[in-house]
Amino acid sequence: MQTEHVSAPAIGLSKIEKWFGTRAQPVHALAPTDLDVPAGELLVLLGPSGCGKTTMLRMMGGLLEPTGGDLTIENRPLWKDGARQGETLSELGMVFQDANLFPWLTIEDNIALPLELKGVGKAERMARAHELTRLVGISGFEKRWPKELSGGMRQRAAIARALSYDPKILLMDEPFGALDAMTRDQMNLELQRIWMETRKTIVLVTHSISEATFLADRIVLLSPRPGRIDTIVNVPMARPRSLDVQTTPEFQDIARTLRHRLNEIS
Amino acid sequence: MTDQTLAAPATATPPAAFGARKGMSRETALPWITTPLLLLVLLATWHFYVRGTGISSFILPAPSAVWDSWMDMLSSSRAWGHTWTTVYVTLMGFAWALVIGVGLGVLLGRTRWLELTLNPFIVATQVIPKVALLPLFVVWFGFGSTSKVIVAAVLAFFPILTNTVLGVKSVDAGHRDVMTSLNASRWQIFRRLELPSSLPYILTGMEIGIVLAIIGAIVGEYLGGNAGLGFMLVSKMNGYETDGLFAVIIQMTLLGFFFYFATGALRRFTIPWHQSVEIK
Repeated sequence: MQTEHVSAPAIGLSKIEKWFGTRAQPVHALAPTDLDVPAGELLVLLGPSGCGKTTMLRMMGGLLEPTGGDLTIENRPLWKDGARQGETLSELGMVFQDANLFPWLTIEDNIALPLELKGVGKAERMARAHELTRLVGISGFEKRWPKELSGGMRQRAAIARALSYDPKILLMDEPFGALDAMTRDQMNLELQRIWMETRKTIVLVTHSISEATFLADRIVLLSPRPGRIDTIVNVPMARPRSLDVQTTPEFQDIARTLRHRLNEIS
Repeated sequence: MTDQTLAAPATATPPAAFGARKGMSRETALPWITTPLLLLVLLATWHFYVRGTGISSFILPAPSAVWDSWMDMLSSSRAWGHTWTTVYVTLMGFAWALVIGVGLGVLLGRTRWLELTLNPFIVATQVIPKVALLPLFVVWFGFGSTSKVIVAAVLAFFPILTNTVLGVKSVDAGHRDVMTSLNASRWQIFRRLELPSSLPYILTGMEIGIVLAIIGAIVGEYLGGNAGLGFMLVSKMNGYETDGLFAVIIQMTLLGFFFYFATGALRRFTIPWHQSVEIK
């Protein structure tokens, strides 16, 4: 049996950096950064705006090409000679702040879209879509248009779409940032449940300290100008965590530490 | 606190009037009353004006004479032949405008340098009085239907093109991210994202384009034709049949209504998800 320290990380960042702008006015979005995300971990990227957390996630997702460094997914490079590697990309599922469902597709067709692009047959696609609506808790809404669903339900559908082709890794860019506080708590609970059921590796970007502390195995705190890793905080609280965990001294200690550090760096 | 205070009992039902379909609301019913009424007022004014002033029927025929003339037209197979000619020219011109307008529009919307390169020429084709090109088309393609199809196409082309370009440019950046992260091919991005996302815009272009195609067909016919409603209009004028002139205009107007509403129905049919087709 393999032990954890010899198995390859799900995501490996080695001296990854990103510059934006022009040669005359360059912006250093992310200083050279090393980070390994072990398989099955729920890692949270936390930081003030402009700290490069979204840049980092979009590079992991293949939406932005790093200016320098090596990025591997399941031990395979994501970029080769400036071209995204399609096979590596299919290990990744992305969820954005907006659900980004296509308004001209029903919920089931939205969820099955990635499978359709990969040429999976209709019957198999629909079976998978229905299975996923159950997993994310929106069964019965398969035939509805996205505009008929609430924000939280649309985001559940977006998660189902990202899971449709069973990627090993889920990348989430402030997925609940646009939701109200109560829905957000509910979605955090749901995400924990889905993560425990599917055992995916999840990297989630947020600027909410309580969301980070509630969800994470590890929190990577980033500081701005240029974006770089400031501290990494372990969150050893037992799972499944209930919302009541927020009132425990353990939770509050971690949250307080994070808040103080955030105030110092931003 | 007990649970019962939190939620209404499960047996609760909405008030009787809730959700009952009232047929048409007062607002949507309004035009069904006002339109015939206004038409009636117009026709009555026309009728009594002609009777009261005794104006020559060559200048302004009575509505009853126009009606008779139109009825004659509807029972004449020759008049229907002319109507079909105009329908054919309009649809052919429109179809060409649609294919080229959407195709070119997608290309220009995607490719910035191509848009910059071709833009002066596209604007030029727009500002040329296109009807003035008709004699040229007649010289090149003869008096048959081809020259009129081209005029109809050239007129309908521009609004379809500009709306398609706008549609492709308006594709949501987040939607593009989704397709990129799914490693979609260029064709898949076009077929699954750009085309459906631009469809509301394309349909707007089509609604404007179809009306322009009719104008192009009719003007083409009366400048250089031997068939079609435009030609019929000219021959009625030459024959001093003013009532027939009115009858042809009625026929053309109905044709315009038909095409316009057909494209509107296409909108409800093809993009039921879009807010532009939501029931008011």
